Amino acid sequence: MSSKVYITGMGMISAIGNNVAESFHSLETMQSGIGELKYVRSRHKPLVPVGEVKKSTEELMEMAGLNPDNLTTRTSLLGLIAAQEAVKSAGIKDIKEYRTGIISATSVGGMDMTENHWLDYLNEEKSGPWLKYIETHECGDSTEFIADNLGIKDFLSTISTACSSAANAIMFGARLIKHGKLDRVIVGGTDAMSRFTINGFMTLMILDSENCKPFDSQRRGLNLGEGAGYIVLESEKAAKGKVIHAELSGYGNSNDAYHQTASSPDGAGAFMAMEKAFKISGLKPSDIDYINAHGTGTEINDLSEGTAIDRIFEKNVPSISSTKAYTGHTLAACAGIEAIFSILAIKHNIVFPNLNYKHPMTALSFKPTTTLERGKKIDHVLSNSFGFGGNTSALIFSRHH
Amino acid sequence: MDALIEQLKGEIIKQLNLEDLKPADIDSDAALFGGGLGLDSIDALELIVLLEKNYGIKVSNPADGKKIFQSVRTMAEYISANKK
Amino acid sequence: MEQKNYITSLCSIKNGIVSLDGVSGFSDKSIDGVDFIKAAYKEYQLSYPKFYKMDNLCKLAFVASELLLKNNPLTKKYASQDIAIVIANSASSLEIDTEHQRTISDKNNYFPSPSVFVYTLPNILIGEIAIRNSIKGENSFFIFDKFDAEFMSSYINSILDSSKAKCCITGWIELYENKYEAFLYTVEQQEGTLKTEHTAQELKKLYNH
Repeated sequence: MSSKVYITGMGMISAIGNNVAESFHSLETMQSGIGELKYVRSRHKPLVPVGEVKKSTEELMEMAGLNPDNLTTRTSLLGLIAAQEAVKSAGIKDIKEYRTGIISATSVGGMDMTENHWLDYLNEEKSGPWLKYIETHECGDSTEFIADNLGIKDFLSTISTACSSAANAIMFGARLIKHGKLDRVIVGGTDAMSRFTINGFMTLMILDSENCKPFDSQRRGLNLGEGAGYIVLESEKAAKGKVIHAELSGYGNSNDAYHQTASSPDGAGAFMAMEKAFKISGLKPSDIDYINAHGTGTEINDLSEGTAIDRIFEKNVPSISSTKAYTGHTLAACAGIEAIFSILAIKHNIVFPNLNYKHPMTALSFKPTTTLERGKKIDHVLSNSFGFGGNTSALIFSRHH
Repeated sequence: MDALIEQLKGEIIKQLNLEDLKPADIDSDAALFGGGLGLDSIDALELIVLLEKNYGIKVSNPADGKKIFQSVRTMAEYISANKK
Repeated sequence: MEQKNYITSLCSIKNGIVSLDGVSGFSDKSIDGVDFIKAAYKEYQLSYPKFYKMDNLCKLAFVASELLLKNNPLTKKYASQDIAIVIANSASSLEIDTEHQRTISDKNNYFPSPSVFVYTLPNILIGEIAIRNSIKGENSFFIFDKFDAEFMSSYINSILDSSKAKCCITGWIELYENKYEAFLYTVEQQEGTLKTEHTAQELKKLYNH
């Protein structure tokens, strides 16, 4: 049993950088990674700016130190690269030294590869090495791939609850540590860009044809992104003598129970998830120094989330921003990536700006931070992530003393 | 117009999987949304697909749906005015 | 001190048989595959206009949850935020994923459907149960090779033991290529119609029964 859950390592890859240091540099220099679709073939290319990782799948293979004839998916590769960095940054030399697990979130799974061959699979006369991608299609395969490459054997799990998936992976990991089931656990998520996703979000008409503008009254929708983000959670025992980046002090999950994809107008689910996170952490809303919002840039999310935030903070909202205009919405990975942004905010006492914001929403009491804010002490950060299916999650990261 | 309205009712039932309804159950002038049919925002998007698939009419701003889909009649009027 | 948790009611739908708390109900082996789910919906006179719009996986989850909650109306006993929902399966939402893929693969017949796409996530079935019953507690969806009694019992017991919820709707909802299986049950902190302790061993027995 461990009453505290410490974060000792971080690793990520996204449109704004191939590791934590590069990503932090992009955040500080206010450089967005959103641009023209390059690595996925799509009829919608001119209409959908996206946040792609700036590497081909072959280049990713090399980065991960794998043989190029290794047949694997982009989702798995992004996940492995980020998880490798997380393990390394936590100074883990021997993965077997403690009971170690991995909980990885994904919604795309191996679809980025199988969608290229799906018609071939139906043709019995065709054959090729791509047949092997069938085995990589399911969500759990990416987790097994990462675990095998890192030598993790004690515990593996895959969570798929749409865009809140990685937050739920982090929450689940924290529980395993608190209950003494594991000493350390690598938690986060990975998702690659795919035609399946682009076409689906097109039908929902919630993709902005320009760069997304979270919390702006003229927002038109989200930009899709891809990437992976993992953090290493350790118990008090395992983290002894190590550099501790932050503590995971609170977490909460709820269901909005309103609509398959749309959030409720009053943000009931979001409110309850934040309320639970506060209860576990023992903190009050006024203790929060920065909110890394889910802030996708869709008409419905930003209004619903903003309304819930106004309610729980009683209109005294601290510095708040959505970083989706940097990375795009990385779906099941976003809460992993944004956990790292939250921890970086604490480490560097910095608030990252909400890019592309111009026009305030009349329904909300607050305006997001639009410039890089330095010098204010950031001790507690709230990070929200909400998914289709009404799945709403909130995490609180706190400075370790 | 009446023929188009009747045809549309059948198409709406099929497109929206309203299996337990018959065309006669849908009033031509009653509100499609917020009324007894229990339709939601996804159904509105689905009707936009119907317009494109069956009538070649492209609606690119989902907000336009509010006016077009007031009732089966307004939908039929929109189709006759914009059909290619 | 860890308290005991109990399986208090159970609904299973598979191979053309509905069974409630271990007692066989509606059965018709002549109905092929997933059509049985619709037949059960009609047989039990369930009424929910949105039912027909759901994909087959959600239809299965919906019928199982309606029957389960009719037997054991948790929403009358507990506050909406005290009821958790945790579901697992193996095929995820693969059946409807294939449907969506079909609509975007043919350049000459390209009409992807938003109402198909919204179901291409397995946890939407939890959303449907939550919407229907206004259940707002913690919810999660897991993907395993096969039903994992050890995981399910320890995960759900830990939610209840740590007071994150007071009861839970949980189980296995699997549907792919015309095969379907629902094993949905309620867990509470005291005995109900069923008085089976929620341990991996008891759960395995019930599941394999």
